[in-house]
Amino acid sequence: MPEHSEHIVSPKIYLTIFIALIIGTSLTTWAAFQNFGPFNIVIALAIATAKATLVVLFFMHARYSERRTRLVIICAIFWLAIMLALTLSDYQTRQPRMSRLVAPVAFYRA
Amino acid sequence: MPREHYLNASYGIRSWLLTTDHKRIALLYLVSVTFFFFVGGVFATMIRIHLLTPEGALVSPETYNKLFTMHGVAMIFFFLIPSIPAVLGNFLIPPMIGAKDLAFPKINLLSWYIYIIGGCFALYSFSTGGLDTGWTFYTPLSSIYSNSAVTPAVIGIFINGFSSILTGLNFIVTIHTMRAPGMTWFRLPLFAWAHYATSLIMILGTPVVAITLLLAGLERMFHLGFFNPAMGGDPILFQHLFWFYSHPAVYIMVLPAMGVVSEIIPTFARKPIFGYSFIAASSIAIAVIGFLVWAHHLFMTGMSTYAALAFSFLSYLVAIPSAVKVFNWTATLYKGSISWDAPMLYALGFIGLFTIGGLTGLFLACLGLDMHIHDTYFVIAHFHYIMVGGAVMGYVGGLHYWWPKMTGKLYPEALSRFAAITLFVGFNLTFFPQFILGYLGMPRRYHSYPPEFQVLNVLSTAGASILALGYLLPIVYLTWSMRYGKVAGPNPWPATGLEWKTDSPPPTENFHVTPVVDWEPYDYRNRPDLGLVAGAPLAPAHGDD
Amino acid sequence: MHRTGELYGQFQTLEQQKESATFGMWIFLVTEVLFFGGMFLTYTINRHEYFTAFGVGSNTLDITLGTANTIVLIMSSFTMAMAVWSAQTAKKKLVPLFLILTLALGCVFLGIKFVEYKQKFDHHLIPGRGFDVSYCISNPASCGLQGKALEEERAEVEKAFTSDPDTNSHAQLYFSLYFAMTGLHALHMIVGAGLIIWLIKVSLRGRFTPQYNTPVEIVGLYWHFVDIVWIYLFPLLYLIDRHR
Repeated sequence: MPEHSEHIVSPKIYLTIFIALIIGTSLTTWAAFQNFGPFNIVIALAIATAKATLVVLFFMHARYSERRTRLVIICAIFWLAIMLALTLSDYQTRQPRMSRLVAPVAFYRA
Repeated sequence: MPREHYLNASYGIRSWLLTTDHKRIALLYLVSVTFFFFVGGVFATMIRIHLLTPEGALVSPETYNKLFTMHGVAMIFFFLIPSIPAVLGNFLIPPMIGAKDLAFPKINLLSWYIYIIGGCFALYSFSTGGLDTGWTFYTPLSSIYSNSAVTPAVIGIFINGFSSILTGLNFIVTIHTMRAPGMTWFRLPLFAWAHYATSLIMILGTPVVAITLLLAGLERMFHLGFFNPAMGGDPILFQHLFWFYSHPAVYIMVLPAMGVVSEIIPTFARKPIFGYSFIAASSIAIAVIGFLVWAHHLFMTGMSTYAALAFSFLSYLVAIPSAVKVFNWTATLYKGSISWDAPMLYALGFIGLFTIGGLTGLFLACLGLDMHIHDTYFVIAHFHYIMVGGAVMGYVGGLHYWWPKMTGKLYPEALSRFAAITLFVGFNLTFFPQFILGYLGMPRRYHSYPPEFQVLNVLSTAGASILALGYLLPIVYLTWSMRYGKVAGPNPWPATGLEWKTDSPPPTENFHVTPVVDWEPYDYRNRPDLGLVAGAPLAPAHGDD
Repeated sequence: MHRTGELYGQFQTLEQQKESATFGMWIFLVTEVLFFGGMFLTYTINRHEYFTAFGVGSNTLDITLGTANTIVLIMSSFTMAMAVWSAQTAKKKLVPLFLILTLALGCVFLGIKFVEYKQKFDHHLIPGRGFDVSYCISNPASCGLQGKALEEERAEVEKAFTSDPDTNSHAQLYFSLYFAMTGLHALHMIVGAGLIIWLIKVSLRGRFTPQYNTPVEIVGLYWHFVDIVWIYLFPLLYLIDRHR
C-alpha cells in the first residue's frame, strides 16, 4: 500500500476559492446579457468549466490526492467526451439534418 | 467435529439473507440468476416451438412479440450480465488476490437486494400484460405506442442497473486496495484482469443506460419529450444512448468468460499461459475500444453515412484484442499435456464458438454487407454465438472448474463431459442454421416465415431441445454432487491460483493467515509446493467416475 | 466480518480502509458523471436543433432565483469543505456546526427550487396537453408581467413563432429537459441532505477525529459533485439567449 499522508487544506484557500466561485457566477450571468454572437455558449461553458475545476481541485482535494484519483477523474472526462463526440459526429454530418428528418409536428396531430 | 468453513459457520435463513460474506452472496446470486435463466429459457422454448411451422404453431403474433422481448430482457439484464461477475467473480476475486472479503461487503449484499427488487419489477411486467417492445426498448414504440407493461419493466431494469454498478465499483476498489502482500498487478490472475475490465464497463456504461431508460420512462409516464418525434425530438438519439451501454454490455458478458477460459486452459494444458501481459492488456483494450463502436447498431436506422463509416472502421478494431486472446489460448495449448476434463471441454467449446461469433460480427460491422443481413437471423445467430456459445459456455465451464472450491465436492466427471458435448452439439444445431436463414433473408422478430425456411427452422428447434438437455444435466448433477459428490481436496486439479491454496470450501475469512505471494502466475513448470515441476508426470486430477 | 473499533474486518489497516472508501466514492462519482452525461447529450442535441425554442423557454426562468440558488449552493459547498477541515483538525464543536449550515443552505436551495417549479406550474409550462409557451403573454396579469417587460417578451415570442412555427412543441423539449435535469439534481440534493443529517448525528457524539473522518470526507466529495452539476446546469438552462 502506498503511504497516504493526508493534506489539510487551510480555510484561507477555501475562502479564496469560494470568492472566486462567486465572482465566476456573477461573470457568467453578466456575460449572458452581452451579445457575443456564437461565443456566448463558449464563454458560459468556459466559465462553468473553470468553476468546476476549482471545486474539483480544492474543495474535493484532487490537487493533493494520489495519481489514482486523478486517473479516475481523467477517465470520467474522457468517457463523457467519447459519448458526446462520437454521437455528435453523427448529428454534425447527417443529411438531411435531424429536424428535417423528423416529420413536422402537424403530421402527428392529424 | 467437521472443519468450520463458510457454509457451516452459521445456519438459518437469516444467516443467508443478512450475510456480508462474498461467498454466500455469490451463492445467493447463483440461485437467483439460475431462476432468471429458467424464466428466459421458458420463453426461448416457446419461441422455438412456435417457429416449427411457417405460419406459427403456438401463439398469436402479439404474444410472439412479447415472448422474444421477455426472453431478451430476462436473459440479458437478469441472467447474462450478473452471471459470471456476480457469481464467480464475487466468490473468487477476494481469495484470488488474497483478501478476506470485497472492500465493501455491505454494498455487495445491497447489490443483491437491488437485483432482486429490479427482478421483481421485471417479473411483474412479464405477468401483467407482458412486454412487446423488443429488449432494446426503442422509442417511440416503448415510450408512446406500446400497450404492454413497459413502465414496470423499465423501472426494473433501471433499478437492476445499480446492482451492476455497485458490483463493478466493489471489484475495482477491491482489486486496487485489497491485494495481499506480493500480489502485484502483473501477478493478478487473468480472471481478475478480465473482471477489472468488465467493472470498467459496468461503472462507465450502466449509468448511461439507466438514464436513457429513465428518460424513456418519463416520456411514457409523464408525457415529457426527449426523443418524441411529435415534439421534434429524435428517436435515433435514444438508440445512440441505449447502445452506448448495450454494445459494451456484450463485453460485460463475454470478458468474464474469457477470464474463466484463461484460468482453465493453462490448468489442463499444464503449461504457463502464453503471453500473460498481452491477455491482460487485451481485456482492458476490449473494454475501451468496446465503447467506440456502438453506432454499428444504427447503420440502417437513419444515422449519418459519414459517421457510419467511422463506426464501421472502429468496430473492426475490436477484433484485434479478441484475436490476441484466441491466439494466445491456442499457443498455450500447443505442446501442452492436455487432459480432457469437463471444464477444459467447455473452455475449448468457448474458443471455437466465440471465434465463429466474433468473425461473423465482422460481417455485420461491414457497411455494405450489413445492409443485406441487418435485422435478420444472421444477427440472431451471431450474438447467440457470443452470448450463449461464449458467455454461457464460460459460465458453466467456470462453475465446473471452481465447483470443488465452492462446495468442497467433486462433480461426476463422465456425466459432465457428456453434458459439455451435448451442450456443444445442441448449441451448434440450434444456431448454425440461423446463420443460413439470415443470409437467405429471414428477418428477426417475425412470428411467421415463408415455407421454404421450414427445414432449417425445424433443425434449429431440434437443436434447442438437445441444448435444453445440456443445461438441465449440470443443474441436476451439480445439485446431486453437493450431497453425494466425492470430497475434493483444497486443490484437486492442481492449479496454481491463490484461491487453490486455501481449504475447499474456504473458511469465512478465506485464509487462516494472510498469504504472501512469491510466485509468478500460471507457473505450471515451477511450483514444487503443488508437485508441479517441469517434466514431472501429470498427477491424475481425480478418480474414475 | 468483525469490526474492531473503527476498523472493519476485511481491511488490514485504517489507512487501507480510508483509501478504499475514498476511492470507492470517486468511482461512484464517475458513474454519476456518465449518468448526468446522458442528459447533457440529449440537451446538446435538442438545443442545437431548436435553439430559438430553447431560448424562449430559458427566458421564462427567473434569473434572480437561479443566480441566488447558484450562490446558495456554492456557499453550502464552502461550509461542507469547512466541515471536513474541522474534522481533520480536531475542532469537534465546529464539525456539527458547519454540517448544520450546509444542510440549511441545501434546504434553502430546495425551497427556492420548489418556488420555481410552482411558478412553472402556474404558468402552464409543464409539458403535456396544457402546455402553452405564450401563456404569460396572453395572461400577463397572472404572470406579473407589465409595461416594457411584457412588450419585450411578446416581441421575443412572436419572433420565435415566425422563425419556428412549432415553437410550442419544441419548447416542450426544453421544459422536459429542464424538469428532468433539475429534478434529478434536486433528488441528489435530497439524498445528500439525508447523508448530512446522519453525519450531524454522528458528529454530535464527537466521533469524527483527525484519525477517523472518512464519512465527512466522502459525503463532502458527493456534495461538491452535486454542486458541480449545478454549476453546469445554471448557464445551460437559465442563460440561453438572454441578450437583447
